[in-house]
Amino acid sequence: MSDLLFFTEVTLAGLGSGALLALTALAFVLIYKATRVINLAVGEMLMLGGYLFFAFAAGLGLPAFAAIPLAVAGGGLVGAIVERGLIRPMLGENPISVFMVTIGLGSVLVGLVELVWGTDPRALPAFMGTTPVFIGEAYVSRKIAIAFVVAAVVIAVFLTLFRFWRGGVALRATATDQAAAYSCGINVPGVFSLAWIVGCGTAAGAGVLLGSIGGISPAMGVFGLSALVVVIVGGLDSVAGALVGGLVIGLIEAWAGTYLGGEYKLVTTFGLLLVALMIRPYGLFGTTEIERL
Amino acid sequence: MQIGTAKHSYRADEALLTTRPQRLWMALFALSLCAAPFLLDNYWLYLACLVAINVASATGLNILTGYTGLVSLGQAAFMAVGAYTVGWMQLNLPTPFLLNLLAGGFTAALVGLVVGLPSLRVKGLYLAIATIAASFILHFVFVNWESVTNGNSGLTLTPATFLGTPLTDYSQLYFVFVPITALMVLGAANLFRTRIGRAFIAIRDRDISAEVLGISLLRTKLMSFAISSFYAGVAGGMWAYFFRVVTPESFPFVYSIFFLAAIIVGGMGTILGAILGAVFMTLVPELLRFGIDWLTPVLPNAAAMLSPVRTIVFGLLIVGFLIFEPKGLAEIVQRTRRYFHLWPFKK
Amino acid sequence: MTGQSETGASGAARLEVEGLSLSFGGLKALSTVSFAAEPGSITALIGPNGAGKTSMFNCISGFYHPQQGAVRFDGRDVTRMHPPERAALGFARTFQNIALFRGMTVLDNIKLGRHAHMKTNLLQALAYWGPAQREEMALRAEVEERIIDFLEINHIRNMPVAALSYGLQKRVELARALAMRPRILLLDEPVAGMNREETEDMARFILDVKEEWGTTILMVEHDMGMVMDISDHVVVLNFGQVIASGLPHEVQADPHVTEAYLGSGDPAALMARLRGEGPDTGRNREEVA
Repeated sequence: MSDLLFFTEVTLAGLGSGALLALTALAFVLIYKATRVINLAVGEMLMLGGYLFFAFAAGLGLPAFAAIPLAVAGGGLVGAIVERGLIRPMLGENPISVFMVTIGLGSVLVGLVELVWGTDPRALPAFMGTTPVFIGEAYVSRKIAIAFVVAAVVIAVFLTLFRFWRGGVALRATATDQAAAYSCGINVPGVFSLAWIVGCGTAAGAGVLLGSIGGISPAMGVFGLSALVVVIVGGLDSVAGALVGGLVIGLIEAWAGTYLGGEYKLVTTFGLLLVALMIRPYGLFGTTEIERL
Repeated sequence: MQIGTAKHSYRADEALLTTRPQRLWMALFALSLCAAPFLLDNYWLYLACLVAINVASATGLNILTGYTGLVSLGQAAFMAVGAYTVGWMQLNLPTPFLLNLLAGGFTAALVGLVVGLPSLRVKGLYLAIATIAASFILHFVFVNWESVTNGNSGLTLTPATFLGTPLTDYSQLYFVFVPITALMVLGAANLFRTRIGRAFIAIRDRDISAEVLGISLLRTKLMSFAISSFYAGVAGGMWAYFFRVVTPESFPFVYSIFFLAAIIVGGMGTILGAILGAVFMTLVPELLRFGIDWLTPVLPNAAAMLSPVRTIVFGLLIVGFLIFEPKGLAEIVQRTRRYFHLWPFKK
Repeated sequence: MTGQSETGASGAARLEVEGLSLSFGGLKALSTVSFAAEPGSITALIGPNGAGKTSMFNCISGFYHPQQGAVRFDGRDVTRMHPPERAALGFARTFQNIALFRGMTVLDNIKLGRHAHMKTNLLQALAYWGPAQREEMALRAEVEERIIDFLEINHIRNMPVAALSYGLQKRVELARALAMRPRILLLDEPVAGMNREETEDMARFILDVKEEWGTTILMVEHDMGMVMDISDHVVVLNFGQVIASGLPHEVQADPHVTEAYLGSGDPAALMARLRGEGPDTGRNREEVA
């Protein structure tokens, strides 16, 4: 019985980190859908979000309800600058070159954060409380529960916006055919900017959540790699894929980490990625790219 | 347009160096490579060896990524395979070190073949991501296969011996590494004068029409993976003899990015590009160190800034070259050459 | 397959398509298509847009796998063979929208055509020594003397393909196909988008290939003038079915063909238009009037 309870707790924790993964994966998907760029710097944007929150909350002493929006807005601002300054000039270039630009960007962000805040890991000021949450008999850390709820709410908002809001429709139109969308009067460059702003802001927000659970360090961008696995498994252009993929990977990482040992976490994730690529190269929900002769 | 370059035979027209000045420069360069160990101090010899290792590996990656169009972020992991193979053989077998290096190359090539398998199903970025996955899985193997890799503490090698002399100081290693690297670069240059190299480029440019010409995608892509990781394996083996300690952290993921950055900065799909890129990317962090050293009297904590500044400059170089000089240093060299060919007619 | 004669002239093959059916999901692209291209002749495959010509070509060159029927090459069933194996057998093709390697020079593009017939292995290539060098030199000589001279592209041999005009690119693509030592040459719209002069040049080269190399040629083409001028045999497809085949003038006179192209109406007027112009190009309309 206690085995089952333990399993339930592990599973719940897995769902919690899965929700964070899904949120980060959403940042990948948003940016990919609009601009066809795989932004490998999403992990570093996430790290930057954590540090921005740290700067506002611990450095300036702002309360959490002010520091969180500021951190998200800061992430969005960086996203806007990056899109205009680095991604727009690469429009029409080989996707691999653009991918490499985002790798370079990630390196720059890591370096900047190390320069300003040093390389040591830090803890974020607590703002969530510590009283554990019980679901039935199963114990869940309060932070993880809150992270799960926040991530779920944000994803739900995104899904709604995608479907019903004009901007969401414009994004989907741009994703399908940039030139056609442009000729329909959709402000395609605007959509590009918006996607980067929202995507990077989302990543920064995920960084605040992640940082408040496990602390921040310049190396926390590695979380972006797990989120990348999520989008590959789920499909690079599928919001539903990010959601399902995030939860699945979160669960599998939690189970592997608990029952096999912590060192198996990443290797299981990546093993899964390879299998997914071999079986369904464009993800569970992704659109197959058809090549013409 | 250069004049006076007419050839009498196809062979002369297809030589690697077609003009007299090219041959002259190459001879000068070879001469200075031979003379270097007698002129450089120990620190610069250390850097020269490191450059030789990185040039070998970058040339390998250039074959795969620059010429065949298959992006790999696993070059450091393949180097690690070579390094571990060499380390293990050096410690457990009486084989000569050159054989060990070859074996390191072949083991890495085998692993490369396996890692290359997804390239049949996926391409472009998906393949790059598959190679990321493979390098993390390899890292896991290095940590956990303790009977061979000695886990996290890694292998500590005895020096390579040549005719009974242990190769310990940098000038000795230089005379081993530089010829090996030169041979590898020459091999790569030759490759692209033949059907195999052309097939690689065909796959990069348009893989479907390559098939109609009788180029088997399966065989050719895997061959490219194998050659590239062979180069990485040999480079990793040299690395093992150079530092004589191999741990799972010796070849971090960022080292793979380093090689990709090197061929971008140098110029993808040109032999010269990989060389220039590897030299440049190896030396820039050292130049930064000099810069920081100068700053230390002014800024007391400048030394602590070195590592972050290197990380930033590394990223900026990648971004900057991709945006402003996507064909890399090799293109700058070409432009300079053209300028001098036309001088003084064009100003 | 490298053992065939050096000239390639004796290697002309008979291509036979028998009862070929291909569908994409519910859409029938080809249904029980049969025809043959006789050794050393020029066969033209024509039909309105969407008739299934390109699908047919892709079945013959191995990109699509038909659900039924067979493609035979000198009597040998090649229906399930992959494109590279077919290339080794002597299939060569050009593409409707040119498929050259744009970053390479003309010379390298043509040399690539020989890939399947060369033997240099990896080690020899790395050393560029002995057999590898000899094979490359023999190839260079043959490409220069038999193909580049023949197609009159000497002046552009060292230029990157991307810098060439459309007509020249088409010619380079033909050169590359010739370097494959074809036993059957598949030309997908060899003159599409060309002006009158370029079309005439290309028609001349195709006839010269037939005469000097003796290769079997199968082409898809919309330019009726050219098809009628140089073909020995014409096969008309419509809605994935063969609706007529025979000598050019027989096909021209066939009422089914007229109807397929122009719909029903006054046959005499329609036929006059059919004779004079391709339905897609419409370029020499004034000549009819």
